[in-house]
Amino acid sequence: MSKLKVLMFGWEFPPFKSGGLGTACYGLTKGLARNGCEVTFVMPVTPEGAKAKFVKLIGAGNNVRIRKVDSLLKAYQTSDAYEDGYLYTPSNLRKVYGKNLFAEVQRYSVLAKKIAKEEEHDVIHTHDWMTYQAGINAKKTSKKPLVVHLHATEFDRTGGHPDGRISHIEWLGLKEADRVITNSEYTKKNVIKHYKIPAEKIDVVHWGIDDVDVPQFDTPLKKDHIILFLGRVTLQKGPDYFIEVAKKVLEHEPDTKFIIAGDGDMLPRIINRAAELGIANRVIFTGALSGDDVHKAFSTADLYVMPSVSEPFGLVALESLKNGTPVLISKQSGVAEVLKHALKVDFWDINEMTNKIVGVLRYNAVKDELREKGMREVQKFNLDDPARKVRQIYTAMGGGR
Amino acid sequence: MTNVCLYFQVHQPYRLAKYTLFDIGKHSRYFDEAKNKEIMLKIARKCYLPANSIIKHLIEKHDDFKVAYSITGNALEQFEKYTPNVLRSFQELAETGKVEFLTETSHHSLSALANKDEFVAQVKEHKKLIKNYFGQKPKIFRNTELVYNNDIAKMAEQMGFKGILAEGWDSILGWRSPNYVYRPAGTKMNLLLKNYRLSDDIAFRFSNKHWNSWPLTAEKYAGWIAPILGDSVNLFMDYETFGEHQWEDTGIFNFLRHLPSALKNHGISFHHPSELLKIKPKEELDIPNTISWADLERDTSAWLGNKMQQSAHSQIYQMRNAILSSGDEELIADWKKLTTSDHFYYMCTKWFNDGDVHKYFSPYDTPYDCFINYMNVLQDVALRLRQKPGLFASIKQFIKEVNK
Repeated sequence: MSKLKVLMFGWEFPPFKSGGLGTACYGLTKGLARNGCEVTFVMPVTPEGAKAKFVKLIGAGNNVRIRKVDSLLKAYQTSDAYEDGYLYTPSNLRKVYGKNLFAEVQRYSVLAKKIAKEEEHDVIHTHDWMTYQAGINAKKTSKKPLVVHLHATEFDRTGGHPDGRISHIEWLGLKEADRVITNSEYTKKNVIKHYKIPAEKIDVVHWGIDDVDVPQFDTPLKKDHIILFLGRVTLQKGPDYFIEVAKKVLEHEPDTKFIIAGDGDMLPRIINRAAELGIANRVIFTGALSGDDVHKAFSTADLYVMPSVSEPFGLVALESLKNGTPVLISKQSGVAEVLKHALKVDFWDINEMTNKIVGVLRYNAVKDELREKGMREVQKFNLDDPARKVRQIYTAMGGGR
Repeated sequence: MTNVCLYFQVHQPYRLAKYTLFDIGKHSRYFDEAKNKEIMLKIARKCYLPANSIIKHLIEKHDDFKVAYSITGNALEQFEKYTPNVLRSFQELAETGKVEFLTETSHHSLSALANKDEFVAQVKEHKKLIKNYFGQKPKIFRNTELVYNNDIAKMAEQMGFKGILAEGWDSILGWRSPNYVYRPAGTKMNLLLKNYRLSDDIAFRFSNKHWNSWPLTAEKYAGWIAPILGDSVNLFMDYETFGEHQWEDTGIFNFLRHLPSALKNHGISFHHPSELLKIKPKEELDIPNTISWADLERDTSAWLGNKMQQSAHSQIYQMRNAILSSGDEELIADWKKLTTSDHFYYMCTKWFNDGDVHKYFSPYDTPYDCFINYMNVLQDVALRLRQKPGLFASIKQFIKEVNK
C-alpha cells in the first residue's frame, strides 16, 4: 500500500497547545502515521513559541513532519486577546504579523498557497476556522480534495453568540469542503442546524485515546472528598455551573474540596464567585496543569466533572477514565454518545449534578462500579479506529489514487 | 408424545419516581403513580385484555385446554387501582375452572436469597391474595424469576407446597431431559422444569426475522413438540410476551389462537402444573447453586451481579426489623414495594450482551441513575425510621452501614 500524503493545516500541536484540539491533532496524526498516511502538519507559531524547542515534536512517528509558519495565531484566541498579544510583540516583529486576528488568518492563508505548491500531497485536511481559508487556498493551488474538520463551531465556543466574521469563515470552509468531519453526532447536528450543510456531506469520527502510562503516586491520606474540574476556564466548558454545584454539594457534604485546574478568560469571575458564595476555602485553583500534574490531579479526585455547555467531543473524559477516575459528563458532549459507564447530566441542571455528585460521594458502590466498568470500557477506545475512518474518507474522495 | 403445560407470569413493578437529594426528608412520594398507571393502561390494552379474551375463547372451544398463571401482588394491586377490568377478566378465567394459579412472593422480591422471614411473609401474603381474588389454594410454588436452589425448594416444602418450578437449564440437567418430572434434593416435592428452548422460541425468537425458523406457525411448532417423549413439555413465559414483548402485528395472537387445535392434530393435550404432582419423579436433582430464568447466565447476576446491586439489596433487608417494629403501616408498605426485584434489575451493568434487554425494560438513562435514585429513597426511609425512637441515629450512620 503506497502512502497517502496528507497536507494538514492546524493551529496547535503538543507541547504547543492550550486545549483538546492540540491533543486531538496529535492523536489523529499519530494514528494516521500508523495507518498508511504521511502527514505534513502546518501550524502557526507565535514569537515565544518559535523560541521553544517544540519543533522536534514528541513521538508522532516518522511519518509526520511539522512545518511551522511564523504567525501570532494561537488556539482559542478571541480577537481581543489577539490584539493584546500584538501590543506585547516587540515592535521589530510587529511588521511581519497582521494587525489583528483576522489579518493574521488572512496571512496564514496566503502562505498556504506557497506551501501547497512546495509540499507534495494527495489530500488537504484543515482543523477549525482559522485554517479554513488556508485550506481553500491550498485546494485552489493543488486541485486536491479538501477535508474540513470541525472540532467546535463558533456557536459552541460562544454559547450561541457567534462573532459574525468567524461564523462566516466557518460557513465558507464548510461550503468549499469536499467532505466535512465532526467529532460527534452532536456537532454534526449543530453544523446542519447553523450552516445548513447537507447531512450526507458530513462524516462523524469519534475520537480515541492511546493507552496512557499512568504513573503511580503515593496518594496522601485525605480527609476530604475531591471533585475535579479540568479544562479551559471559559464559557464553553461551564466552570460557572461547576462553582454553583460546588456550593450546593457543600451544603450536603461539607467535607469536600473542589479543584479547578485550568486557565481562561473566565477565571477571575469564577474566583470572585467562589468568594461571593463563601466557599473560597473549599475551592482550589491550580492554573493549567501539564505532564505528571494532570495524572496527580486525576489520582486525587473522587470524580471528574465535565459540565461543558457545548462539547464537540471531550477527550478529557476518556483521559480521566484511563487514570481510574470516574466521570460525570454533560449530555451536551460528543463523548456522552459513546461512553456508557459515566454519569450524564444536562449542563444547566445544577440540582441534578449535585444529586449525582453527592450520590457518588456517599456510596462507594456507585463510585467503584463507575471506575471499574469505566476503565474497562475506555480500553476499547484507541487512535487507530478514528485514523482508519479518516483514511477511508480520504480514499473515498479519490485521495491517493 | 407428551402433553403440554402452559404457565404465564404476570407482573408489573411499582416504578420509582425521580427522587433526588433535594426530596429527602421533604416528602415520601416514592412511586410514579402517573407513569405506573399509564404503563398499566397501555399493557392492558396491548396484552392483558386481548390475551385474556383469547384464552377464554380457547377454554370455551377446546375441552382439554387449560393454563396456569402466577400474578404478583404488585400487579394485582395495580390492576385493582388502575385497570379493574383486567382483574375482572382474570377472575372470569378463574371461574371457568380451567385456570390454575400459582404462588410466589407478593412483591416479586429476591427475599428467598436475603431474608427467610421476609420470604415466608411474602409467600403467605401472596397465598392470601390468590385465595381472596380467585378462591384457590395453590399447591405449586414458583419463585421470582424462577430463582431456585436446594434451599429454596426446602423452604417451599416447609410452607406446604407440593411442587416447584425451575429453569430446565443445561448446566443442572447435563444429559437429562427437561421434559420429565424430577425431585428437588432432600424433599418429597415434584420439580417442574421449563423447556427453555421451546419456551424461548415463542417468548424471544417469535418475531426475529433472522431466525431460520421464522415465521413460526402453530402447525410448525406443534410438529416440534409431537415427537418429544416425557412427562410434560413445560412452556413457561411472561404473559406480556403476547402483545407487549411481541407486538400484535408479529402474529403472536394468531399463533396463540391456533396452538390448541394444531397440538390436537398431533393428539397432544394440556395439563395443569398440579396434575404433574401425580407423576413419580425420575430422580433427585441436586442444585446447590442458584439458577434463574434470566439472561444468558441463568444465574442471579441480572439483579445481584455488581456492587451497587449487592449493596442496595443488602441494605433494604438490613432495615427490615426496624421497619416492621416501627408499626407504621405506610412505611412498611413502601418498604415492601422497594424489595421488588425490578429495582435491582435496572441497576445491572452487564452492558455488552444482555444489557440491551435490561435497557429495554429500564425507565432510567443508566444503571447508575437508578442506584442513586434508589439510595435517595432509602435515605428517606431511614429518616422516617429516625423519627421512631432507637432506630437510625442519623443519615451518616445509614451511609456508614451501606458502605460497610
